[in-house]
Amino acid sequence: MDKITLTIDGQLLTASPGETLLTVATRNGIRIPTLCHLEGLTDVGACRLCIVEVIGQLVPACTTEAANEMVVKTRTEAIKKYRRQVLEMLFAEGNHVCSFCISNGGCELQDLACELEMHSVTVPYAYPRNRVDASHPWFLIDRDRCVLCGRCVRACGEVEGAHTWAFAERGHTARVITDLDVDWGDAESCTSCGKCVESCPTGAIALKGASNAEMRKDTDMVARLVERREHE
Amino acid sequence: MSKVKVSTLWFSGCAGCHMSLLDIDEVLIDLAGRIELCNSPITDLKVFPEGGVDVTLIEGAIANEEQLHLVKEAREKSKILIAFGDCAVTGNVPGLRNGLQTDTLIEDIYGKGVTTNGNLPYDVVPRLLDRVRPVHEVVPVEYFLHGCPPPPGVIAKTILALLDGKTPELVGEDLKFG
Repeated sequence: MDKITLTIDGQLLTASPGETLLTVATRNGIRIPTLCHLEGLTDVGACRLCIVEVIGQLVPACTTEAANEMVVKTRTEAIKKYRRQVLEMLFAEGNHVCSFCISNGGCELQDLACELEMHSVTVPYAYPRNRVDASHPWFLIDRDRCVLCGRCVRACGEVEGAHTWAFAERGHTARVITDLDVDWGDAESCTSCGKCVESCPTGAIALKGASNAEMRKDTDMVARLVERREHE
Repeated sequence: MSKVKVSTLWFSGCAGCHMSLLDIDEVLIDLAGRIELCNSPITDLKVFPEGGVDVTLIEGAIANEEQLHLVKEAREKSKILIAFGDCAVTGNVPGLRNGLQTDTLIEDIYGKGVTTNGNLPYDVVPRLLDRVRPVHEVVPVEYFLHGCPPPPGVIAKTILALLDGKTPELVGEDLKFG
């Protein structure tokens, strides 16, 4: 079977086998909020902000393949509520202080608060003590601003092939590390390409020297590189 | 028609939100005819009027025992509470001390290296809470004005909606932190 027919929010749509619900929705102008998704990288379904409803079940749109006669809802009140809860927990588990962040005005997390109408964070803030690593000559990571989306890990591994970034530990102590948890400046595998900086949705991985609200990420960089390679 | 009573309180914040309130330009003239500004840093009145107020705007996070007491009083004496700006809504900059030991903090600032009088100033300033908290963690809040400070336009439309007996529509960019 060459084409799949499915319904998203009442619209009858076609998809190719293997396409995700997010791809089909985006192509047809149906907006689904995302955070860990980045064009050009493998989808992992980590952040759960793209959850949609398929026959009463909540599934991430970025890792669920379209199937024939599937009926998908992307914006029910229940979905909106769950997305907002996920977002509140993302805000609560870090130290996201937009007012003096270098990415203020250019941050996907900040934009999601507007899009998902998060009026306040209803779970208690965790106020973790996280380590800032500014040992790299050009870049720094402020883990207070990290949402563990893993876009840096995937951009570094899949596109640059350096595998400098990785996850360490689990649960609320989980964090991204460079090489075997050495200072970034001492990470020998790092090529200083900057793909992690441009892929990071918040101000967590950033250029040194950028001041409050100055940082703007080139989040399309990875997708451009991948597309050019495919055309070679 | 009697004027709508409005109070504004200033807790742990920089006063930027109050400056943004004064920055609503010609709307101030409109408000002057419709509201009675009660206790507020602007009027320098310290206590709520008898019978309470209709609306209280709260700037700043809750960081010490006095503020904790006052915010509870504000809740009792206000029909509508508005968390006014990022410090009140999230803890923002004052919240950065959370995760540090408060007692150590006080000693570091007021104790160590002070040669003339090493007493910790608990008898003259309110005792710090263990944790700085956003207003809604302490008392229920009706509306949240985001921003550091909230843009004057958002403040104006919120107050004007309330004066017209409507629910303020805070959507999209209105909910931008920072």
